[in-house]
Amino acid sequence: MSKAINIIQSGFVPLNIENIDTDQIIPARFLKATSRDGFGQNLFRDWRYNNDDVNQPKTEFILNNPAYKGKILVAGKNFGCGSSREHAAWAIKDYGFDVVVSSFYADIFKSNALNNFLLPVRVSEDFLQRIYKAADKDPLTELNINLQEQTITILETGDQEIFDISAYKKTCLLNGYDDIDYLLSIRSEIEQFEVQKS
Amino acid sequence: MGKTLFDKIWEKHIVRSIPDGPSVLYIDKHFIHEVTSPQAFNGLDKRGLKVLRPQQVVATADHNVPTMQQHLPIKDELSRKQVQQLIENCVNHNIELYGLGHPFQGIVHVIGPELGITQPGMTIVCGDSHTSTHGAFGAVAFGIGTSEVEMVMATQCMLQSKPKLMRINIDGELNNGVVSKDIILYIISKISASGATGYFVEYAGSAIRKLSMEARMTICNMSIEMGARGGMIAPDAITFEYIKGRLFAPGNDQWDKKLASWKELYTDKDALFDNEIYIKAADIEPMITYGTNPGMGISVNGKIPSETEIADKEKIHFIKSLQYMGLQPGTMIKGKKVDYVFIGSCTNSRIEDLRMVASFVKGKKKADNVEVWVVPGSKQVEMQAKKEGIDTIFQQAGFILRQPGCSACLGMNEDKIPAGKYCISTSNRNFEGRQGPNARTLLASPLTAAVAAITGEVGDVRDYLSTNITGEHSFNQLPFTIDQ
Repeated sequence: MSKAINIIQSGFVPLNIENIDTDQIIPARFLKATSRDGFGQNLFRDWRYNNDDVNQPKTEFILNNPAYKGKILVAGKNFGCGSSREHAAWAIKDYGFDVVVSSFYADIFKSNALNNFLLPVRVSEDFLQRIYKAADKDPLTELNINLQEQTITILETGDQEIFDISAYKKTCLLNGYDDIDYLLSIRSEIEQFEVQKS
Repeated sequence: MGKTLFDKIWEKHIVRSIPDGPSVLYIDKHFIHEVTSPQAFNGLDKRGLKVLRPQQVVATADHNVPTMQQHLPIKDELSRKQVQQLIENCVNHNIELYGLGHPFQGIVHVIGPELGITQPGMTIVCGDSHTSTHGAFGAVAFGIGTSEVEMVMATQCMLQSKPKLMRINIDGELNNGVVSKDIILYIISKISASGATGYFVEYAGSAIRKLSMEARMTICNMSIEMGARGGMIAPDAITFEYIKGRLFAPGNDQWDKKLASWKELYTDKDALFDNEIYIKAADIEPMITYGTNPGMGISVNGKIPSETEIADKEKIHFIKSLQYMGLQPGTMIKGKKVDYVFIGSCTNSRIEDLRMVASFVKGKKKADNVEVWVVPGSKQVEMQAKKEGIDTIFQQAGFILRQPGCSACLGMNEDKIPAGKYCISTSNRNFEGRQGPNARTLLASPLTAAVAAITGEVGDVRDYLSTNITGEHSFNQLPFTIDQ
């Protein structure tokens, strides 16, 4: 399931919309599964299809444009706001994205993404606009994301920016560790804390 | 330097801090529900783990449950399976479940406070973004994802970076007809749907201090709608009075000791915040949203902004939003016909909300063009409403009083607003498709929703009031005098 990530170089899907909430990413009516799999088919469901029918794709929606593809989703600021549903991160990952690039993330979405080895890369608003421009010019433009170096590069133009990530989370992602492993490793300390607290 | 309310609680719950990383935060109470817990239990099973402290976990079924005929098996197969899964998981892990049919069942953020489980000074989490509701009691409460639900079940802890702190001060007297929902819609309209992202918010000021606990919960509930990690209000005599005597509140033997510790929970005078905002209560009018995020709110007497008033960067979103809503820039919202009225959700489904609506509706009939759904937040709210005769008032008005659940707030069950229809809703989100594919949501207070139910359109409650109704009112009894 989860796997370590470091360098990702790929084409991308530019979704130039701000305030994309998790109800758009995965509508509530698709949250009834009891496993983590298969949410990708309903990613952006109501933006992708007319009349809730998979046979009626909205051709103007970027995800339905075969020119744009890759492992990276690029979107406007305040991405993932609204509901805490981790299903949003599962749906993006399940669809085939390993990275989301935006100028601003909602807090809970960001945690959920990191916990699912979906890397949220935060760039400046200016850099985001440059990514959109590059995609307008050539849909096949690729981005290179290097987690070890914390860099994101637009290959076509060579534009590069450094992104932030906590040292702890970086180690987790590079090595495929998750928070539960860490917390389980300090269980006796937690139990001691409980005794002192009460 | 003094400490903030948040700091005092946070520091008491840190097990350890990871250098250049998050802290290990101990969690006192964990609420779970059927939609965001199954994958967490699967995760535990895969690791061969049991829930570490089942007595600190409370479960209910609320998100996908039907709100009619709850005694029958759930018709929708997937919902039925999800609820069944919750029952099995709770049995396997020895967790208290207030499921369908239980007298304590209800929306997770309604039952926690009403049962006295939610208490000042606690750390509280739930796989639901509106967990911030519990902050009204002076608790650090916030929504988490399913991986974090699994973490807390496995270790009673989670990894959290300390958020920045913001204080929002609301001082002065509220206008007649303005209630707590208007306060929070006003705040979000001022600072935007992302204005508090990265922050934990404390609400303070003389207008907040006068609010009842249920009114405070409405405000803290919607903290997430401006991006805040959570919202909180320092506990005071109103808080302690509310908690005392509730089922899981500290008993007489423990009460004095607890009370003494709760009285320490306030922000010191010289404490500093990363950001501080001041709002005059008198500036707030009854509010309503016109767009597709909760920051797009205006006074019910206001005009939808025209395109020229919107910053260039926001224009695409603004135009797309109004197209979805079928509304015109620069026009009045007052008088807009609506098709549905939804009174419910973790924001506004408590007994005071129902009393507020009943006080306006008593002796009146709903407009012919609207369908009105009232969904109580819990079984206890439903029973109390019946005891007070509120159900009869609603019935005579032509409203349907349904059974407890999240219902049309997110349309996971069959309570969906049809495509293209307008719904005045007391819930918390007006996102595209939130209440059903292509449904159009106008967020408002229970009073404004009540006006729409009776008149069939958006209106100003103050046009109908002869006595004062404000957020300060505790709505402890019926009836209020209303112009007929």
